[in-house]
Amino acid sequence: MSEPVLAVEDLRVRMDTPRGTAHIVNGLSYSVAPGETVAVVGESGSGKSVSVMALLGLLPKRAEVTGSARFRGRDLLAMRERELRAVRGDGVGMVFQDPMTSLNPVLSIGRQLTEGLLAHRRVSGKKEARERAAQLLADVGLPDPRAALDRFPHELSGGMRQRVVIAIALAGDPALLIADEATTALDVTVQAQILDLVERLQAEHATAVVWITHDLGVVAGIADRVLVMYGGRCVEDGTVDDVFERPAHPYTQGLLGSLPQLHDGDGGGPRELVAIGGTPPPPTDLPPGCVFWPRCPVRGDERCAGEQPPLTAVGGGGGGPVPHRAATFYDAARDAGEVGS
Amino acid sequence: MSAAQDPVAVPARRISVRPARGRFTTALKLLLTSPPTLFATLVVIGVVVLALFDELIAPTGYNEVDVQQRLLPPGAGHWFGTDDLGRDVLSRVVLGAAVSLQVGAVAVGFSLLVGVTVGLLAGYYGRWLDTVLMRLMDVLFAFPAILLAIAVIAILGPGTTNAMIAIGITYTPVFARVTRAAVLGVKESVFVRASRSVGVSDARMLLRHVLPNAAPPIIVQTSVSLAFAVLAEAALSFVGLGTQPPAPSWGRMLSEGRSYLEDAWWMAVFPGLAIVLLVLAFNLLGDGLRDVLDPQQRSALEAARAKPRRRRRAGVGA
Amino acid sequence: MTGLVLRRTLQSVVVLLGVSVVVFALVHLVDGDPVRLALGTRFDQETYEALRERAGLDQPLVVQYLQWISSAVTGDLGVSFRSGEPVTALILERLPATLSLAGASILVALLIAVPLGTASALRPRSVVDAAGTVLSQIGISVPEFWMGIMLILLFAGTLGWFPAGGYVPLSDDPLQWARALVLPAVTTGLVSGSVLTRFTRSSVLEALGAEHVRTARAKGLGPRAVLNWHVLRNALLPLVTVTGVQLAYLLSGVVVVEIVFAWPGLGQLALQAVQARDYPVLQGAVLLFAFVFLLVNLVVDLLYSKLDPRISA
Repeated sequence: MSEPVLAVEDLRVRMDTPRGTAHIVNGLSYSVAPGETVAVVGESGSGKSVSVMALLGLLPKRAEVTGSARFRGRDLLAMRERELRAVRGDGVGMVFQDPMTSLNPVLSIGRQLTEGLLAHRRVSGKKEARERAAQLLADVGLPDPRAALDRFPHELSGGMRQRVVIAIALAGDPALLIADEATTALDVTVQAQILDLVERLQAEHATAVVWITHDLGVVAGIADRVLVMYGGRCVEDGTVDDVFERPAHPYTQGLLGSLPQLHDGDGGGPRELVAIGGTPPPPTDLPPGCVFWPRCPVRGDERCAGEQPPLTAVGGGGGGPVPHRAATFYDAARDAGEVGS
Repeated sequence: MSAAQDPVAVPARRISVRPARGRFTTALKLLLTSPPTLFATLVVIGVVVLALFDELIAPTGYNEVDVQQRLLPPGAGHWFGTDDLGRDVLSRVVLGAAVSLQVGAVAVGFSLLVGVTVGLLAGYYGRWLDTVLMRLMDVLFAFPAILLAIAVIAILGPGTTNAMIAIGITYTPVFARVTRAAVLGVKESVFVRASRSVGVSDARMLLRHVLPNAAPPIIVQTSVSLAFAVLAEAALSFVGLGTQPPAPSWGRMLSEGRSYLEDAWWMAVFPGLAIVLLVLAFNLLGDGLRDVLDPQQRSALEAARAKPRRRRRAGVGA
Repeated sequence: MTGLVLRRTLQSVVVLLGVSVVVFALVHLVDGDPVRLALGTRFDQETYEALRERAGLDQPLVVQYLQWISSAVTGDLGVSFRSGEPVTALILERLPATLSLAGASILVALLIAVPLGTASALRPRSVVDAAGTVLSQIGISVPEFWMGIMLILLFAGTLGWFPAGGYVPLSDDPLQWARALVLPAVTTGLVSGSVLTRFTRSSVLEALGAEHVRTARAKGLGPRAVLNWHVLRNALLPLVTVTGVQLAYLLSGVVVVEIVFAWPGLGQLALQAVQARDYPVLQGAVLLFAFVFLLVNLVVDLLYSKLDPRISA
C-alpha cells in the first residue's frame, strides 16, 4: 500500500458543556490511501461528523482536540489557523449534508465557486476563475454550466445543488474529499447519481475519500473499507466485505441484523439503521467499560462492564492486507455463528 | 413576499392546544429566575405600590406651592429638590406614578380589547372581513404614532382622558396584527379543526380554544405596549396635550424643567429617570414573558443564549 | 418584478387614501365651526365668510372631501386659517429641516447599530456584548425628549460644544447646519439605534450559525471574506426592511424632538397647528407624514426584493 493521504492517530475531542465535559471522540485512529474510500458509519451522536470537522479546525474554539492527523505528512491538528486555511478547500475538499443550507442563498453559484479559487490563487483573475468554475460545473454534470454561474441556489433542484457543493469541494483539486452525510438529504435516485459521480471523479483524480454516513446501503455501494463508530470510538473496522459478511462486534451485528437483504445481494435501495434497543450514551456520561455495554444484547464477557475492550484482530477473518478488527473481548462472530447453527 | 418578512408572522404553533394551568405556574417560576425579569417585576410592583399609596408615601401634596422654597437643589429636606413654584419634586414624582400607570393601563386596555377583537375576527373568519379590517388597521398603522395621538387630541381637546383614548387608538393595530397572526397559527391546528368538525359554535371556539392559545404573544405585546403607552403619555404631556397642570405628570414636569435647565437640573432629571425606569421594567418584563410564554417568537439573541454556544466562533477564526 | 412593483404601489395608494379619509373625518367630526374656532373671538364677518368659502365649508362633507383630495393630488392642500398662506408652501418651507433631521438620525442609528450589533454577535457574552445589550435595552426605554434635554444639559450647557437648538439651512452655512444637527440627530438616532442594534445582533448571530458559513470556511476563505460575504451580507439584508419600519418610529420621535430643539420642522408645524386649531395645516402635515412613511416602506420593500435574489424570481 502506498503512503496514506491522511493518517489519523488517537483523535480525541472534548467539549465543556453546561452538563459536564462531553467526550465526543475518544481515540480514533485510521488512515486513507490515495484513491481509497473509507466509510465512517454510526448513528447520529456517535461523533462521526465531529471527528472530521475537527480535522479542519471547523469546530468551535472551546472544543479541545488532541491526537494527530497527518495529511500528506503534516499534522493538521498542530497547524495554525492560517496554515489550515491553505489546506481547506485546496488539499482537502468538504461536502456537507444539506445542499439546501450549505450554499449561501444570496450569492450566485459563480461567486461561491470562484471565491475559493481566488482565495487559493488557483487562478490568475476573475475571468479565468469563471472559466474554471464553468469547467467544474460541467465536470459534475450540471447542464448548461455557463448559465448556471449566474443563477442562485434556490433556482436549482436539490440534486443540482449538491452537485454544485461537490464542485466547490473539488475546486482545489483536493487529495482528500470528506463527505459528511452528503447524500442523506437527497432522493434515492439522485443519491445514486451523486454516488456515481463521486466514484467517477475519484477514479479520474485518484482522490482519497472519507465518507461519513449512517446509511449502510451507501457504504456497500461506495466504500473500500468501513469504520464503525459508537460513542466516539471505533468499535470495528475492516474491508467492507469482512465487516459486512462477518461482523464481529455486537453493535455492528445489530446494525446489520436489521439488513437481511444485504446478503441476498438484491442491492435494493439504501436502508436506515434500524434501532437497536435503547439509545447511545450521552457523551457527557459514557460508561466506564465498553461504550455499547448498556445496550449490548450479548454481554459475552464480564470484563465489558468495567474495562474498555481494545481493538483487536478478529480471528477467522480474511488474511488480506487490511486487518479486520473489533473492540470486543470475545469473538462475537463465532459465538453468534454457534448460536445460529 | 415571504412570510419571514412579516414582522408579526407567527409560525404554526403549539399543537398541544389546551392551556394547562400548570404551564402558567411553571412559566411564572421560570420568569422569576431570570435576574432582569425579576428586577422588572420588582420595579413594576414597586411602582404599583407607589401609585396605590401615593398620598401616604409622598412627603407633601402634589401642588403645595411655597415660593420661598423655590428651586432648591436636592438635599435633606427635599431629596429631589424643589421646582420653580417651590413644590417638592420627589412628591410630584411619586404622585405622577399613578397618572402614568393609569393612562398606560387604560390606553393599553382599550387597544387590547379593540385590537384583539379585530384580530380574532379577521384571523378566524378570513376572507373579505379580514381584508377590510386589516386594511383599516394598516391605515391607522401608517400614521407615526405620536402624530396620530396628536391628531386625535386636536379633535378631542387636551387632557388625561383624551390622551388615554388617543394612545389607545394608536396602539390598536399592533394588537390586531399580533392576534391575527396567532389565530392563523392556531386555526389550522388539528385540535381546532376537529372541534369545528363536531360542530362547536364559533363564539365558543373563539373564546374557549382560539383565544387562550393565541394568548402568549398577546400577553407579551401587552407588556411591551405598556412601555410604549407610558412613553406616549409622557410625550403628549410634554408637548402640553396630555395631563394638564397642576396635576403631576412626569412628561409635564419634564417640559416645565426644560425652562430651568441651567438653574435646576433636578427638575428634568428625576421625572425623566422615573419614566426610563418604568418603561425599562415593562420592556424587560415583555422580553422575559416572551422567553417563557412564547419561545418560538423569542429573538435569536435569547435563543442563542439558551442553547449551548455552538455557533460561537463559526465564521471568524482567530 | 413589475407585477410586484405595481401591486405594492397600488396597496400603498389605497392605504394613503384611507389615511386621507381618516384625517379628513377626524377634523370634520369636531363639533362647531372650525373656522370660528380658529379665528377665536376677534374676527370680522368678512374674513370669516372668505375663509369659510375658501375652505369650502358650505358644501356637503363628501363634496368637501373630494375637493380636498383632488386638489391635494395636484399639490394644493388649501390655505392656513391662521396666516392665509397656502398649506403646501408652509410644509415645503419646513420640509428640509425635518428631512435633514430624519436622514441624519437614521445615519446615526445605523452607525451605532451595525458595528455594535455585529461586534456583540461575534463575541457573545463578552464585555462588548454585555455593554451593548444593556445600553440598547436602556436606549429603547428612554423617551427621546428626555434624552434631548440631557444632551442639551451636557453638551450645550456644561460643555458648550453644540448649540442647544435652532436650525441653520444647509444653503446658508453647511458647517453650522451640521453643528446644529448633531444633538437632535443623536437624540433620535440613539433611540432608533438601540432597536436596530438588537436586531443586528440577533440577525448576525443567526447568520453565523447558518451552514453555508461552514461551507465558506471549509473553502479556505479568510475570516474577513467569510464575515463580509457570508455573514454580514445575509444578516444585513433584513436590516433594510427593519430600518424602513424604524423610520416610522423615528418620524414619531422627530415630532417631539423638534419641540425640544426648537427645530422648525413639520412636527413643530403640526403641533402649532393643533394649538392654533389650524385644521388645514394639521391635515396637510399629517397626510404628508403618512405619505412619507408609506413611500419609505414601499421603497424599502422594493429595494429588498432587488437585493434578495430569492424574491426577485
